[in-house]
Amino acid sequence: MMSVETEIRFTLNGRPVSLKVPATMKTLAMLRDRLGMTGTKYACGEGECGACTIEIDGKTVNSCLMYAVDCDGREVVTIEGLRTPEGLHPVQQAFVDHGAVQCGFCMPGMIMQARNLLANNPELTREQAQRGLEGNLCRCTGYTKVLDAVEAVAGKNTCGRATP
Amino acid sequence: MSETMEAITTYLAPRRLDEALQAMADGDATVFCGGTDLAPQTESGARPYKSRLLNINRIEGLGGIAADGGEIRIGATTTVAEIRRSAALAEIAPVLVEAAEHFASEQIRNAASLGGNLCNASPAGDMSPPLLVLGASVELACWRDGAAHTRRVPLEQFFVGPGKSVKRPEELLTAVVFARPAPGFVGRFRKSGPRPALEISTVSVALGARVADGRLSEVRVAMGSVAPTPLRARHVEAALEGQPLDATTIAAAVAAAAEDAQPIDDVRASAWYRSHLVKVFVEEVLDDVRGN
Repeated sequence: MMSVETEIRFTLNGRPVSLKVPATMKTLAMLRDRLGMTGTKYACGEGECGACTIEIDGKTVNSCLMYAVDCDGREVVTIEGLRTPEGLHPVQQAFVDHGAVQCGFCMPGMIMQARNLLANNPELTREQAQRGLEGNLCRCTGYTKVLDAVEAVAGKNTCGRATP
Repeated sequence: MSETMEAITTYLAPRRLDEALQAMADGDATVFCGGTDLAPQTESGARPYKSRLLNINRIEGLGGIAADGGEIRIGATTTVAEIRRSAALAEIAPVLVEAAEHFASEQIRNAASLGGNLCNASPAGDMSPPLLVLGASVELACWRDGAAHTRRVPLEQFFVGPGKSVKRPEELLTAVVFARPAPGFVGRFRKSGPRPALEISTVSVALGARVADGRLSEVRVAMGSVAPTPLRARHVEAALEGQPLDATTIAAAVAAAAEDAQPIDDVRASAWYRSHLVKVFVEEVLDDVRGN
């Protein structure tokens, strides 16, 4: 027996969305399997690795743990929402410039978390970045260049809320 | 990520507490808030869903920190991130903020609720030791005879085993309350794991006491991950109560820690290591207080 489906409405990367989801579906599965937004990655599925990090009402969460029904009425931003008319978001560009990407699987989550940290604290220090990114694992262990990239953006004040 | 096969017949996200309590009245509802414990437990099959899924995030008045009066009240849906950022709690109960600081990761702290952390009743729950040394109680509400009823349970009587508490299936944990700590109250929290973030505590220790003229009084010591539930360390407390905080007292408290901790071997650490670590932490928190 399938669990009951519920109609939800929310804002995804600035656009209104409405769809029916099973009550127990997680936000990550909804984004990837129902909405085709595959930028957000599934890795551990239990909140340990941060690859599925999204922003909801301005706060980052692990979308693998979040019930999709709880998106109702809220504002969701995914990695796809960081794109600007000019191209990459400054945080994405900094990751490219500093060679912070190895296999790349952790990058969407890492960038979502880094951008949120920088938006809340444009003067973010390297140590604060390190603490703020504790929930994002990179199995290639490329943390040094990630921190270099974040540090390079800090102070430039280019990380306001995404406005797709 | 498998398509769920649970027989959930109703999903509810009420705005009023009464509606939530009515939906739980027959005990056949699974409650979620942040989902950070429930999601992995249900995905793995360790916890089956009941027939109603109840989202308590939309209930008005169930979140927030009221810290103005003699009694501090933290609503059940308050997130660990909100506790960590609370200027009021940083002044009144820094031991709780310190524990929030070391709780999981930012993504988890943004979702995880205080009520959920307690209801999960893990022996390693990071909010439990600091709340135990603050002498906190929980409020449990239920719907009976056409009205909401609330009872208060001291946190030290709340936990009964791993994942088990005295909360009945029809009850909702609505708030955590504790008396404003008296002047001279000091609190400390230590937890350990192989890495600082996202670590399920191998051992945690919290201390709360009044310090005056180099002596401790109203001493509360709590430990996590050393028994089936978070616990008050009565032997350590007895070794400290009314004593001058000197090397002799600290040595006695460290020795007493072995009486209170009954750790087990598991995947995270051996019982031997935990027994050692709990002594180290008791000594560290006392040295820290003595140094002030």
